[in-house]
Amino acid sequence: MSTLTALARAEAVAAGVAQRIATVRHLHVSARPLVFVPLGMAGEANAPLAALVGTDPEAPRLLLVPQPRNRDQRFGFAAELAEVVLPYLDSFRKDTEEVPVNRGSEIRHRYVDAPQVFVPNPAGIRFTRLLGRSTRFRRTDGDHPVPPSVPLLGRWLTFLADRAEYPGSCLLLAMTEALTLHWATGQSPVEDNHLAALLAWIDPPAGLTGAEAAARAENPLHFPPAGPLTDPTFDGRVLAPLIAAYAQAGDDPGRRARASEALADALRGQLAPTWELMWRGLALLRDLPPGARVAQRWAQDRDAFTDFASDVDAGAAPQSARDGAVAAARRLHRLERALQSYEVQRAYDDPLVMADHRLTGEAFVGEVIVADANRIDASGRRRVLRPRITVRTTDPVQVAPGAVVYSPDRPQQKTLVVTVTARPDGTGTDVVLELTSGLGRSLTPAPGSVPEVGQRLCYTTLSDTFVPSGEFPSPEETPWTHGGPPTAYEEAAEPTADEEWE
Amino acid sequence: MTTTPHRWVQPGAGSLGVVVPRSGAEPVVGAGGQAQPRPPESPAEASRRAVDGVLADLTSGNHLGVVVDSPPGAGKSTLVVRAAGELARAGEPLIVIAQTNEQVDDLVARLAQAEPKLPIGRLSATDYTASERITHYSTVRVAAKVADLGEPSVIIGTAAKWATVPEGRWPWAIVDEAYQMRSDALLRVAGRFDRALFVGDPGQLDPFSTVETERWLGLTWDPMQSAVAVLLRHNPELPVHRLPVSWRLPASAAPVVAEAFYPFTGFAAGTTAAQRSLTFTTAGSGGGPIDEALDLAAATGWALYELPARHTLRTDAEATAACAALAVRLLERGAVAVSEREPSGAPVTPDRIAIGAAHRDQVAAIRARLGPAGAGVTVDTANRLQGREYDVTIVLHPLSGRRDATAFHLEAGRLCVLTSRHRHACVVVARAGIAELLDAHPSAEPVHLNVPVRFPDGWEAHQAMLSRLAAGRIPADRRPAGP
Repeated sequence: MSTLTALARAEAVAAGVAQRIATVRHLHVSARPLVFVPLGMAGEANAPLAALVGTDPEAPRLLLVPQPRNRDQRFGFAAELAEVVLPYLDSFRKDTEEVPVNRGSEIRHRYVDAPQVFVPNPAGIRFTRLLGRSTRFRRTDGDHPVPPSVPLLGRWLTFLADRAEYPGSCLLLAMTEALTLHWATGQSPVEDNHLAALLAWIDPPAGLTGAEAAARAENPLHFPPAGPLTDPTFDGRVLAPLIAAYAQAGDDPGRRARASEALADALRGQLAPTWELMWRGLALLRDLPPGARVAQRWAQDRDAFTDFASDVDAGAAPQSARDGAVAAARRLHRLERALQSYEVQRAYDDPLVMADHRLTGEAFVGEVIVADANRIDASGRRRVLRPRITVRTTDPVQVAPGAVVYSPDRPQQKTLVVTVTARPDGTGTDVVLELTSGLGRSLTPAPGSVPEVGQRLCYTTLSDTFVPSGEFPSPEETPWTHGGPPTAYEEAAEPTADEEWE
Repeated sequence: MTTTPHRWVQPGAGSLGVVVPRSGAEPVVGAGGQAQPRPPESPAEASRRAVDGVLADLTSGNHLGVVVDSPPGAGKSTLVVRAAGELARAGEPLIVIAQTNEQVDDLVARLAQAEPKLPIGRLSATDYTASERITHYSTVRVAAKVADLGEPSVIIGTAAKWATVPEGRWPWAIVDEAYQMRSDALLRVAGRFDRALFVGDPGQLDPFSTVETERWLGLTWDPMQSAVAVLLRHNPELPVHRLPVSWRLPASAAPVVAEAFYPFTGFAAGTTAAQRSLTFTTAGSGGGPIDEALDLAAATGWALYELPARHTLRTDAEATAACAALAVRLLERGAVAVSEREPSGAPVTPDRIAIGAAHRDQVAAIRARLGPAGAGVTVDTANRLQGREYDVTIVLHPLSGRRDATAFHLEAGRLCVLTSRHRHACVVVARAGIAELLDAHPSAEPVHLNVPVRFPDGWEAHQAMLSRLAAGRIPADRRPAGP
């Protein structure tokens, strides 16, 4: 937790309401997101029990597994979920835009919009990933065939869950994480994982403080857990008897329908409050103005969506169960690049995030007190334009002479730190900077390319300039140090576990 | 020095170790695999035999790779330089892969000095400016592309730079600090060589990442493991050698560090207690606890300067001030270090002193407190002190003043780096109560399938270190004895 977030948490306690830790929204929020609130059965890994899903707050669809131990019903649930999710995904595959690549010599197409799925919490993302894992390899023939939509759903859920690991990606989001990115509450980060308590702090009902409202949200009768795990008391008192009643109904269609109906009522009661909270959270997020670089990251999400959709169309195999040596190294490289760029972009977009970097001395804000716009450096072979400015700041400056800094307002202009001088009277620091690019082509600077005296600017060592991605060998070239090239997939190598099906 | 066919897998800090006899006096398994009694040998002989064993395996042509585990200050660079010289003289072009530019420059300078006729290429980033210590060797050529280096016998560069070299394949590579290298970095450069010598210290810090890496847990090629760990998991038949003697650590420190951080392999000090001594030209005035701690450290090699128990911020004002005060007082008292290199004694100048801490903000706080009196003293984090050497080190204990003991603060490699940088003495600054903190936080990291057990366990290493330090405890609030 950064110093400012810790401070904001203390202030939230004092004020009785959550405090904003971002001035802008760092996420893309779709005009038509899909909300997915899954529940699983306790005691069995990723056994779906029920879910509310849909794009219309007024008309969620309830999916139900009356006997979660029954594999057929489990994949029936997946097929029903596919009926909602696949058409939703397809609805974004209509309009495309042209994107120039290779400096305009080629053109590729990208969908103008992409799907966005919200689940309540990080556990919901894990549930989604596991559901994708359990369905994407299912066969449509053989012993326990499933409809073709089930493995297809599995591949899309896997894609969404994989993409959710990318810092700054917005295709699959956990509501608690989306909210805590922008607000600090007066409770612990662990408690923030409870969506009801988190929203109680951010938006308490009239007449209550955040703490009081959060205490109320701890009552599982009014605010059932947001899943995927259900409340243990509900499990024991309500759910177990209802599932038992369904099991005892046997093949009697009337009893079965009644038991199923009772289960649906009970589970809807557990899910509906979270469903309401999800849309409240969305409304809160929509109220925030988006950050300047959010659209840029969303374009990367749209790229990923476009690429994956065409892979699926081209009949690519489902994502492998494990990453190979090269795939793992590549993915780690991409994740690290995404994280770095996300952190820089957030700081550039948001003065409140930049303030954290100012506290650690990686950034400073100050006023330009001297500007030598026409300074020529004639020391080299060629005379070059190298304007210098002096910025006076009261921030603790930790950058050293020789360091390269950038200003969020002029991200493409490379600037060199020449000297850092603490003023003798202790009123601040004077930093002399030399501008080395973004000045136009002649020996006089292009208009507006050199900051003027009196201008207030932020400079930071964080850089958002493009860094080419690393080179990796192809999987067939996996070196001997990493086990050599992978052997072809052999089905017999990993026999499917023999399990009880129903 | 041995190569044993039966290796006991215990990947401490990402390493695999070898079960080897503790001293040369015991039976030693020779290259032929037959035990034979040997007379006791001197550390220098043991060390030389170890290096000969490495070079024999290397030139035998029987192995794709050879791994050398080197405890702190065991002559790793000397080995790299010798191996590079030997391979190059045999006419085999080779590349050397190090982890940082500083390490590369170090190796270039040492190799150029040891092999004055050998043409050396220094592969560098385009914005790199060669430092003076390598430009004055006429045999060294610096360039950003392999093609621009001419035809050198040895090309040295960082792993990051080698990863950008798209083609070319050399018969040999030497990978330096291979335990600091992440396995994904090795993956990117492994196509550039046929065979390789991997050298590194298994007791140092594990590589890390800023992103979630849980996804790859249990995979044999987990990119977060060290290069050596992945290499040995895929090639368990590779010979693993071990350098048996630390030339840096004094006789007072080698057994302590060996027991805490290298309990299965161990190593010995290359020097005797009589060869090293630390004295002061001025006596401590008034006998305050700072002077007492320095006197004790000079006499026994260790001292624990213990502040009263308290939960504090990371940048604990008293603890950081104590670190700075110890360094400044050490300079004031004119410490003189006598060693095998300087038998008549050499003054302990600021550049021979380091202060180590776990976090960057602690480093900044200590630096601020040092002021002009401590100018020139190195203050850095454990990560950046790796591979460096000083006469005296002052360590801010990673658990000092903490409420909890996280995996980061318990990591064995961190404490190992901090307590194994010195040639003479180490003073640890800590709040009282670390023993209780350790008792309250037994390591509770989740265990994952197919992930080798971390070894040595950080919690246990901390306990071992603490029990040695407890013997030399100087409470900071102790009043000087009255008249």
